[in-house]
Amino acid sequence: MYAQMVKSEATQEDPEMLAAFQARIDAGEKIEPKDWMPAGYRKTLIRQIGQHAHSEIVGQLPEGNWITRAPTLERKAILLAKVQDEAGHGLYLYCAAETLGVTRDEMTEMLLDGRMKYSSIFNYPTLTWADMGAVGWLVDGAAIMNQVPLQRTSFGPYSRAMIRVCKEESFHQRQGYAVMMKMAQGTPAQKAMAQNALNRLWFPSLMMFGPSDADSTHSVQSMAWKIKMNTNDELRQKFVDQTVPQAEYLGLTVPDETLNWNAEKGGYDFAEPDWDEFFEVITGNGPCNTERLAARNKAWDDGKWVRDGLLAHAQKRKMRKVAAE
Amino acid sequence: MSSPNSAYPDTPEAQDKPKRQEWPLWEVFIRGQHGMSHRHVGSLHAADEEMAIKNARDVYTRRNEGVSIWVVEARHIAASSPSDKGPLYEPSESKVYRHPTFFDIPDEVGAM
Repeated sequence: MYAQMVKSEATQEDPEMLAAFQARIDAGEKIEPKDWMPAGYRKTLIRQIGQHAHSEIVGQLPEGNWITRAPTLERKAILLAKVQDEAGHGLYLYCAAETLGVTRDEMTEMLLDGRMKYSSIFNYPTLTWADMGAVGWLVDGAAIMNQVPLQRTSFGPYSRAMIRVCKEESFHQRQGYAVMMKMAQGTPAQKAMAQNALNRLWFPSLMMFGPSDADSTHSVQSMAWKIKMNTNDELRQKFVDQTVPQAEYLGLTVPDETLNWNAEKGGYDFAEPDWDEFFEVITGNGPCNTERLAARNKAWDDGKWVRDGLLAHAQKRKMRKVAAE
Repeated sequence: MSSPNSAYPDTPEAQDKPKRQEWPLWEVFIRGQHGMSHRHVGSLHAADEEMAIKNARDVYTRRNEGVSIWVVEARHIAASSPSDKGPLYEPSESKVYRHPTFFDIPDEVGAM
């Protein structure tokens, strides 16, 4: 997902307080920033929400890539609005993480020096305009699978951020599918371009959910804390079941020869993505890891004088105001 | 103006860290279209109040969500503590007569 393979932190605290905390979660209460919480809950959430936020921000790069080359002014305005939304989503999430006692700048520095991660999917290139369609349809579609249940997560600020994100995310997926429809119904060359985008992005999209965590102790703890609502396999299955008919409608072929409707389980059987490739990508060896981090570092470094200058200006104005009073 | 480590400096995570020069955190309140009160919608970072309002407009009113914006620096907000929950809110639980439904008014009296 946008947050992949988040390790939960072991917690060593008073068993009575832990039990009372778990009882609040089991009763469906929201945990708010000033409430007592286990150190592990706090640390795991900072890691998870931070990674989610970073994904929104880095996720602007593969799409920003096409803003100046959108085929029409309307498409350009729409894509611009979508990329602006991603910045907003990152901001909602950073703010949620900040309530746990870490600052946005600290998290940014951890992203830039590699201590924190972002989703593997954004390390793949967007080679053609059809990729803008496929990203909205598949990548945002996969993100929604995870974000909708996270609206019910136990941590109040995270839940509220997810509610805002989900309201906007539906626009993203629909605009992506609309691009795909246009391409799929276009000239044979345009349709081939759409098929090619699906071919390249199908398995990376399935990887977004992370490897099977059916036996993961991290996953069990996070699910008990309601900061993870479904297993990775559940969400992946749901995504495939929803997406295959949409591909059929487009007249495109999902690049998986083993794909088959399994009436007994009421879902599709499908091939696993190449998990070796996944681990390569999250350890920094994907096609665009270097480029993405370089772009974020450059933006941060080049923006330093602006951040400092505005802060100095605000300080000066404040002093003047104090002097005048 | 040195901003605190975070808007939540009393959290275990924020303690014992050196102070950093960061844009302060602002809480954003928006009045929706229909004459309701300003409502808290989220927060953001900005160097000063002018920029906070501009950023709030960009982040929180992109889809006609509001007609008026308030921003306040997060560190200026005083909040009740979770441990005060009992003393603060329990007294009202026993005062059911504060609700109109406490009183039985005969139907023939009409709407009241």
